[in-house]
Amino acid sequence: MSNIPSELKYATSHEWVRDEGDGTFTVGITEHAQELLGDMVFVELPEVGDEVDAGEDCAVAESVKAASDIYAPIGGEIVAINEELEDSPETVNNDPYTDGWLFRIKASDTSELDNLLDAEGYANTIDED
Amino acid sequence: MTSKTVLHAKHLEAGAKMVDFHGWEMPINYGSQIEEHNAVRTDAGMFDVSHMTIVDIQGEQAQAFLRKLVANDVAKLTVPSKALYTGMLNEEGGVIDDLIIYFFSETNYRLVVNSATREKDLAHLAKVSADFAVTVTERPEFAMIAVQGPNARAKTATVLNAEQQAAVEGMKPFFGVQAGDLFIATTGYTGEDGYEIVVPNDQAADLWQQLLDAGVAPAGLGARDTLRLEAGMNLYGLDMDESVSPLAANMAWTIAWEPEDRKFIGREVLEQQRADKSTDKLVGLVLEEKGVLRSGLKVIVEGGEGVITSGTFSPTLGHSVALARVPRSTGETAQVEMRKKLVNVKVVKPCFVRNGKSVI
Repeated sequence: MSNIPSELKYATSHEWVRDEGDGTFTVGITEHAQELLGDMVFVELPEVGDEVDAGEDCAVAESVKAASDIYAPIGGEIVAINEELEDSPETVNNDPYTDGWLFRIKASDTSELDNLLDAEGYANTIDED
Repeated sequence: MTSKTVLHAKHLEAGAKMVDFHGWEMPINYGSQIEEHNAVRTDAGMFDVSHMTIVDIQGEQAQAFLRKLVANDVAKLTVPSKALYTGMLNEEGGVIDDLIIYFFSETNYRLVVNSATREKDLAHLAKVSADFAVTVTERPEFAMIAVQGPNARAKTATVLNAEQQAAVEGMKPFFGVQAGDLFIATTGYTGEDGYEIVVPNDQAADLWQQLLDAGVAPAGLGARDTLRLEAGMNLYGLDMDESVSPLAANMAWTIAWEPEDRKFIGREVLEQQRADKSTDKLVGLVLEEKGVLRSGLKVIVEGGEGVITSGTFSPTLGHSVALARVPRSTGETAQVEMRKKLVNVKVVKPCFVRNGKSVI
């Protein structure tokens, strides 16, 4: 069974969201997602300053197996990206919930968070896979 | 219903992620495909290739049968234990399978063919052999372990007995000898030094464990694919199949045109294709920017288009490489349609890495 931290929110498309408490939200992909994809070889991130809508594809995780779109779980402005992944994409495999984060969004409408799943809800969706 | 090799339990013990590979439950990786790949390039790794089909050909007309059956010429094999890579073609000149033939004597050969093509291969062997005084014997009682990498021979030596060590001492590439219970060949599918070892089923798990204890890293089918692709070796079903001429699959070197009176199956069609220069060719593609070339993507070249037959991220080179079947007129650059945009790629000979080093 994959690790699914209880303090995070989740999208059915396998992104996690962490509330940083200052109106910004960090986004990454779940342990389950990185297991499905296999070794990561490139991660293409949005640019700081980009405006994204909830559900918009804004990054690509390319693994030995496939290229997979990453969707913005909530809308807002990209305020930070994880530049370390440029040289070390494998961090997404090794530490998907910590050092393997992808980007941080300043939410334009925090009520969009209500559309995301909690850990239990996400666990149920991957059981169905 | 999937088949399991006799090493199945050893894979689970090593934490393998198992997948269905043409009806066989096989390890795709044991955690990290890239680490397994690197182990083979820099040290030693091992693959369970017991799913491959071993067929022994024996009899008075064994040589005559194989000279009809395959495009390369087994009459070139004069030193016992020497091996030969070749295609087995249909009457239309398409590739039924690619295989390695080990020569023991003119009445005794061993074939190793692919697992995904086992049934049609056996049917074809049965059909063609009907006209010859030979016996065709499948050998399912053997497993096979490929040990590959710069330290593969040295690490394998530590698990061999004195007689076996003596038998393989200084053996050149592309030979195979029976040494005690093991058949040990200097063949492989990675572009590295090493062995492919045929071992009786009931000894396979012990041999695997001994190799593991000697520091040989288990490697899965994922690494096997990136290694063979870097080495520019074809994968049957992707880079060629029954609809593809060996001339369009970088296999021209495996066709023995001389002597002219050897009528191997498919010869007439190939001669015409050769005279007309009518086939496509297989080339290597190199993508130096981000992204991964993948099988099936369209390749645009001056005056035509082709297709990527196999593509991957190359862990050794740090960028993507691919094999592509393209028009003969293709020059030094091409474009590939990837994720809705066109990217520029370099066109090179279909071989990227040998003995751990870039050859681009």
